[in-house]
Amino acid sequence: MTTLTSTGDVALPELQPRVSPRETLRQILLMAGRALHKMRRNPEQFFDVTLQPLLFTPMFGYIFGGAVAGGVSKYLPMLIPGILVQTALTTCMATGVTLREDMEKGVFDRFKSLPMSRVAPLAGPAVADTIRYTIATTLTFGVGIAMGYRPGGGVLGVLGAGLLVIFAAWSLSWVFTFLGTIMKSAQGLQGISMMVLFPLTFLSNAYVPTSTMPDWLQAFVKVNPVSHVVSALRSLANDGAVNGEVGWALLACAAVVAIFVPLAVRGYRRQL
Amino acid sequence: MTRLAVEATGLVKKFGSLRAVDGIDLQVRPGEVFGVLGPNGAGKTTMLSMLATLLRIDAGSASIFGVDVRSEPHKVRQLIGLTGQYASVDEKLTARENLVLFARIHGQGSAAARHTADDLLERFGLTDAGDRLLEKFSGGMRRRLDLAASLISSPPLIFLDEPTTGLDPRTRGQMWDTIRDLVRQGSTILLTTQYLDEADQLADRIAVIDKGRKVAEGTSGELKASVGRSTLAVRLADPDDMDAAARAVAQVLGRPASRTPEAARLTVPMERADDAAEALIALRHGGISIQEVKVEEPTLDEVFLALTGAPATAEPEIAGDDRTDNAAHAQHDQMEVSR
Repeated sequence: MTTLTSTGDVALPELQPRVSPRETLRQILLMAGRALHKMRRNPEQFFDVTLQPLLFTPMFGYIFGGAVAGGVSKYLPMLIPGILVQTALTTCMATGVTLREDMEKGVFDRFKSLPMSRVAPLAGPAVADTIRYTIATTLTFGVGIAMGYRPGGGVLGVLGAGLLVIFAAWSLSWVFTFLGTIMKSAQGLQGISMMVLFPLTFLSNAYVPTSTMPDWLQAFVKVNPVSHVVSALRSLANDGAVNGEVGWALLACAAVVAIFVPLAVRGYRRQL
Repeated sequence: MTRLAVEATGLVKKFGSLRAVDGIDLQVRPGEVFGVLGPNGAGKTTMLSMLATLLRIDAGSASIFGVDVRSEPHKVRQLIGLTGQYASVDEKLTARENLVLFARIHGQGSAAARHTADDLLERFGLTDAGDRLLEKFSGGMRRRLDLAASLISSPPLIFLDEPTTGLDPRTRGQMWDTIRDLVRQGSTILLTTQYLDEADQLADRIAVIDKGRKVAEGTSGELKASVGRSTLAVRLADPDDMDAAARAVAQVLGRPASRTPEAARLTVPMERADDAAEALIALRHGGISIQEVKVEEPTLDEVFLALTGAPATAEPEIAGDDRTDNAAHAQHDQMEVSR
């Protein structure tokens, strides 16, 4: 049997009403560091971003090249931006799935019970995953160039396109992060994500010119944000031109972030 | 009047139609160890999760050192440390990396965080295992690390959710020692457990919870007194002696006996272990032969049965009354189920 050692006057620490923006940023970086640490320990997490560009770029290039553009090297300027976006989308889907799996572990109980920012456990992995997007983007360009792609936009154009697609992937990953906070299982999330991804990538201008599609399909393709990002990447990488499409793509990404970050945080807070 | 460490009134949590926590009141005084005792699924973890801001409170109110849990969760989180039933640490990191990460989240710089981690590893006897991945930790080491992680910010209130469930007896004893150390340093602890002896060993006061409701509260002595200090269990050589034996024992001890006819077994709570002799003498005088005798600690089941007003104290339990035999049978069945 234990005895009372203190009878009441517990000196309470000074309580902060909320997490300051500076602390929030610090905690996001800590959580990103944790995610990177785990990636280093488990290199399997790099398989998808490595294999996908290595596999899909030649595959689509040699299958569709002749039929769509009359030759592989003529097709590549059209294909590479499409592959970039497709890879980015599947990669950021994995961000959501990994987070969902992570949240099922006990450590998230601790994160929730700590006086820490509610956005940090979500934003940390999103920040760390930009490494994965960077790998995928670099490899796609690399494979393309090895196959004979000569981007007309030069180094700056390619760099600009690379940054844009990484930013787009980071923005879209918030959609999957949000789904991760409201879905019950990682498998369920993966299933739903595939249903979203396939139509988005294929009902766009990513792989083929849209002129042969029926009118109703063209109408969808025109409003599909994937089309705008692909067009923006094409003008940056192939022409070195910053045009209206780039503006639209950036705006669309910003809108996704503005909508889905608060939704994701809300989903995380409400989680039972 | 000092502020209570935990004050909960009419706490409710619903999962669909199930009321997992159904109107619990709780007062934990600063500096005490308060035990919440109950079987699996009684609502202990759910209640703790609500107090620790992990689950929304559906109805009722709760405050930690006077800070409202519902309206100021961020402040409450600065006052508590939580050690979960399933270790709330990162499996994919080493013990040291876990502690450093949590310390840094608490706002410590990287040098200070490393220092904190070293201190805690030493204090919990984990220094040698500090750089091993948690996947390779034993259950007991994991719990100790989990507890260490809860202490990083020296919170005034610590929640321990079933700290020893699933541990072997030796590791369990070590965990108890660790918890006693914390108490000596003046921490307030709210702990849940399925084990009467654990609550008995550690807690100053105990609340017994069943099906989301509090069925009793008091010191462990008070709770055990409600079922007698110990239990006499007798196995009869001849099951047909059951009625006579139950009557004889009840007469001597002044308490009803519980019967398990299938096993020819009779149990009765006692005030003092000495009473066992009286009961055995009565059986001998009645010419009833016995095969086995045991004097046992009251089990949690017996405490529950006593507290929930079920079989052990119910009127029809008194042996020998033919009229109520069927009712008694029904209650024995119920008892078997709960064992």
